[in-house]
Amino acid sequence: MGIYLPIAEISVNVFVLLAMGAAVGFLSGMFGVGGGFLITPLLIFYNIPPAIAVATGANQVIASSFSGALSHFKRGTLDFKLGGVLLAGGIVGSTAGIYVFALLRRVGQLDLFISLLYVVLLGTVGGLMLVESVNALRASRSGAAPVLKKSGQHNWIHRLPFKMRFRASKLFVSVIPVLGLGAGIGFLSSIMGVGGGFIMVPALIYLLKVPTNVVIGTSLFQIIFTSAYTTLVHATTNQTVDVILAFLLMAGGVAGAQYGAKAGQKLRGEQLRALLAMLVLAVAIRLAVDLFVTPPNLYSLTAAGLN
Amino acid sequence: MAARRAFAAAVSLSMLFALSPATAQTPPAESIQIGLSTDAISITAGFSGADLTIFGSLENPDPLVARQGRYDVIVVLEGPPRPVVVRRKDRVLGVWINLDSETFENVPVSYSVATTRPLQDIAEPAKYKQLSLGAQNLYMKPADETDSPATIEEFTAALRDRKAATGLYSENVGGVQFLSQNLFRATVRLAPNVPVGTHKARAFLFKSGMFVKESSAQLEIRKSGFEQSIFRVAHDYSFLYGVFAVSLAMLTGWLGRLIFRKD
Repeated sequence: MGIYLPIAEISVNVFVLLAMGAAVGFLSGMFGVGGGFLITPLLIFYNIPPAIAVATGANQVIASSFSGALSHFKRGTLDFKLGGVLLAGGIVGSTAGIYVFALLRRVGQLDLFISLLYVVLLGTVGGLMLVESVNALRASRSGAAPVLKKSGQHNWIHRLPFKMRFRASKLFVSVIPVLGLGAGIGFLSSIMGVGGGFIMVPALIYLLKVPTNVVIGTSLFQIIFTSAYTTLVHATTNQTVDVILAFLLMAGGVAGAQYGAKAGQKLRGEQLRALLAMLVLAVAIRLAVDLFVTPPNLYSLTAAGLN
Repeated sequence: MAARRAFAAAVSLSMLFALSPATAQTPPAESIQIGLSTDAISITAGFSGADLTIFGSLENPDPLVARQGRYDVIVVLEGPPRPVVVRRKDRVLGVWINLDSETFENVPVSYSVATTRPLQDIAEPAKYKQLSLGAQNLYMKPADETDSPATIEEFTAALRDRKAATGLYSENVGGVQFLSQNLFRATVRLAPNVPVGTHKARAFLFKSGMFVKESSAQLEIRKSGFEQSIFRVAHDYSFLYGVFAVSLAMLTGWLGRLIFRKD
C-alpha cells in the first residue's frame, strides 16, 4: 500500500516503513538504545532526502525514549538534576547544530557531512564495543572473573572546578563535563537525527562514573527533551519534519520494542553487545561504501535560495 | 520586428503555393487559439502522472496548406520559473563531494512539449533558439555570467539532462493531432512530481517551417487532500506543527507502553 509523504514529497510503501520501525524498535528494545542511529541511515537508504530523514528521526526518537523514560520514572531510576544539567547543555548544542545544519544545506554539503559523521561515529563506537565485548566473551570462556572498574577511581574530570552534588547518582562532580557532554549530544541530535544514547550511556558510565542503574533512565530523560527541542527547531527553521513518516516509524517502533526487550532477556550481556557492535559497524560500512562508489549521476539539482 | 518579417514571409509563401482566386485579395491572417476546459486542476497525493489534453483551433487556415499538412503546431506546458543550483560531484581523496556549482535564474520547473512532428522537421534550429522553444533551446540565465562559457554550457546541459531524467522535461512527438482542418488536440505529459503553481500553456503555429503566431493560456496546478493540508500547515504554522509532531510522538510512546507493556 503506497502512501504519499507530504514533506518528503515522495510515495513510499506503508508496510516497508512499519516493518522498518518494528525492526529498529525490536533492536532498540533488545539493546536498550533509542534506535535513531539506525532509523536515519535506513531512511536515507530508502531514498528519503537526508535533511528530512534527520529531522524525522529526531521526532521518532521522542516516542521511544518517552516510553522508556516512563518506566524508569516509575522505578525511580532517573536523576532529574543530572538530566536537567545535561539538558541545559543539550539545548545549546542543539541550537548550534541546527545553525550548522542550515548552513551546510545552503552550501550543498549537508548529505556528505551527515554521512561522514555517521561513518566516523558509528565506526568508532561499533569498533570499540566489538573489541570490548569480544574480550569479555573470551574472558568469561576462560573462566576468569570480569575485571570491574573501581567506582572510586578518579580521573582528570574530577579535578575540574564548579562542582555540583547529584544526590540520586551519588555524585559530586564539576558541571563543565556534564554541560559539555549534553552540548555534544545535542549537536549530534540536530545534525544526525539521533537521540545520542549510544554515546551518552558509555560517557556517563566511564567518564562521569554515574551508577549504571540510573544511567539509562537519565539518558532517556534528557534525550526526550533534546530531541523534542531539535524537532521543534527543525520544524520551524527547515520545515523538514514529516509527521506521517514519523508516525509510521513510531507505530512500528513501540510495538517492536516490547518484543525486542523480551528477546534481549534471553541473551547474555556480552553477546548482546557484540551483536549490536556488528550491527553498528555494518551500517557504518554501508554508508562508507556509498561515499567512495562513483554515483550514478554526478550532477544534482536543488532549489536555490533555501532558507 | 522578427515576428512581422516571419509573418510577411508566410503570407508570400501562401501566395506562391495557393493558386486559388481567393489569394488575389489579401488573405486573412492565420492565427491559433487554445482553450482549457478549466483554469485550475487539483491533483491528489496519490497522483502518478497523467496526460493533459489541450484543444485548440486554427483561425483562417489556408485549406490548401492544411491539406498538404504544412501547418505544424507545438504546444508547451511550462511550469513556474524558479532559481536552481546545479552541483557537480568530484572525487576528493576518494570521496565524492559536491564541488562546483552553477546557479540559474528562472528555470521552468517543468516543461512538457507536444508537437505534430519531430522538432527538427518543423523549423530550423535557429528559429527555436530565437523563440526559446523546446527543452534544448530554452535559455537558462546563469546568476553569475562571469563564469566561463564552457562551464555554463556544461551545467546547462546537466540541468536539462537531470530535468529530462526526472520526467519534468518531456517531449511528446505526435502529441498534437489535427482533428479537422481547424481543430487540433494536444496531449502533454504531467510528470508525477509536477510542481504546483501557475503553469503556462503556449501554442505555436508554424506554416511551412515559418513561425506564424502564438497563443497562451494559464493553468493553475494545485495539490489537494489531507497530505497537502499537512504540507501547508508545516510551512504556514511551522511552530504549531512542531509542537504537534512532538506531542504526537509522546502520545504514541505513552500509548505504546499502555498497550504492549508486560510488567
